[in-house]
Amino acid sequence: MISLDVNGKTQELDADPATPLLYVLRDHLQLNGAKFGCGLGQCGACTVLVDGRAVFSCVTPISTLAGRRITTLEGLGTPEKPGRVQRAFIAEQAAQCGYCIPGMIMQAQALLERTPHPTGAEIRKHMSGNLCRCGTHMRILRAVERAARET
Amino acid sequence: MRPFAVILSTVAVCAACAADPVAPDAVPARSSFDPALIAKGAQLAAIGNCQACHTAEGGRSFAGGRPIETPFGTFYGTNITPDPDTGIGRWSEQAFVRALREGVDRDGRHLYPAFPYEYYTRLTDEDIHALYAYIATREPVRAQNRPHELRAPFNLRGLLGTWKALYFERGAFRPDAVRDAQWNRGAYLVNGLGHCGACHTPRGVLGAEKKDQAFSGGVAEGWHGPALNTRSPAPVPWTAEQLFKYLRTGLDDTHAIAAGPMEPVVRNLARAPEEDVRAMAAYLEALAGPPSAERRKKADVALAQAKAASRANGRGAEVYAGTCAACHDRGREAGSGGALPLALGTAMTIPTSSNLLRITLEGIAPPEGEPGRSMPGFADALTDGQVKDLAGYIRSEFGRAAAWTDVDEELKKIREERR
Repeated sequence: MISLDVNGKTQELDADPATPLLYVLRDHLQLNGAKFGCGLGQCGACTVLVDGRAVFSCVTPISTLAGRRITTLEGLGTPEKPGRVQRAFIAEQAAQCGYCIPGMIMQAQALLERTPHPTGAEIRKHMSGNLCRCGTHMRILRAVERAARET
Repeated sequence: MRPFAVILSTVAVCAACAADPVAPDAVPARSSFDPALIAKGAQLAAIGNCQACHTAEGGRSFAGGRPIETPFGTFYGTNITPDPDTGIGRWSEQAFVRALREGVDRDGRHLYPAFPYEYYTRLTDEDIHALYAYIATREPVRAQNRPHELRAPFNLRGLLGTWKALYFERGAFRPDAVRDAQWNRGAYLVNGLGHCGACHTPRGVLGAEKKDQAFSGGVAEGWHGPALNTRSPAPVPWTAEQLFKYLRTGLDDTHAIAAGPMEPVVRNLARAPEEDVRAMAAYLEALAGPPSAERRKKADVALAQAKAASRANGRGAEVYAGTCAACHDRGREAGSGGALPLALGTAMTIPTSSNLLRITLEGIAPPEGEPGRSMPGFADALTDGQVKDLAGYIRSEFGRAAAWTDVDEELKKIREERR
């Protein structure tokens, strides 16, 4: 059994230690915010926070996570009461197909927790590991800027 | 002014002087250069990797400002755009030639050998002429040079005169009549404009290259530049064809990816003339020489291991299985997510853990907005303990060598840099 701290709740899991965090989140805990994109840490759709930093959950085995604080999209807010970054993404209508957006939001959350008022260049650099195939990057950037303004 | 003050100020002015200033002279207009000459200069500048040191991250090309960490402190690449006040817009070709050949700026001050004039001294007149045409016709950018931040006594520019007297060998490239034209072209480019030894040759305490150990492996901005001679740590000996592919694209099926300070080098060489990069590859292949029987045997072991799936147990192996194997066990051919089997890697075979730790923590990323080779970094995913377990495992399993002793120290250094 492995014990994980997910969104402030302790979860006991019976899974192979090499299982990627993403599979555990989606298949065991029914937290479907994080998405499977490439499975190789190249697209960012699976981004979650570990100890406040953005990591790709598809290439993070649960064996490395004992005693660490995991935050997923569901940990930021609810449909009724979305979190600050989620509200900004809704206000800017940053999603087209939306598949990359949970990862984008988590990546932005990680940025704003450490750098509350990033420059445009800092936002671009920080978000550069997350890909969007629809091409809504300009709206995504605006959403991050909005979230930074609304602190 | 009192005589004493005059003497003092004269001393102060001349302490760093190497030669007389070259009279300021506006760089010639674009129309005075043959476009073909400018194009040739662009290709030469790519081989010289000029842009890498003279352009800040996200900054304007050749406008300087990029920090270059060395054991002596931080150098900042200078503005070499033709801006008259902050760049080299008042440098005549004569001043430009002197800087490259003698390491002296227009004002007559010694230049630090972070600017590799030890190599550029070997350039032909025609090549310097083409480089001048290219640099003189770039867009002028007004950007004040940032002073270098060097530890004492290296901050005293005047001492460079002594350094040069001890270590700097001026002189043109001398072809070797016994070798063919391609080898000689490669030798000229590798030991001249390409200044490969600047990162791949070890240096002494005063920063001078140990010439008797040329290409035995050096350092560059916290990375180890692996040996290119017979001591090459590559599990599979390089062929000229593989070197050519690597130098152009940063990738070869049986060797590690270009990373760290090598990344801009291959990006620039992609724009250099094909026959020049082939010549460099031919020279480098000859430099390492034909592999010994023992080396071939080791290569066979590595290639066999790259195909095998056997894995040791233990904490490091567990981290590997979860974080690395998804890509690295696929091999290069499988597609965009395929990565090199680590049995063929170099970072785990060299004397220091620095490269492996940097790649693990920082990943490999092209500059923003450019396509290129990519690997995610794991600095935030893995704890220090996990990184150490992983490094130990990769070193023994894939590096097939005795454990590193510098992992704690290197890891601490890289973590501090990232803070």
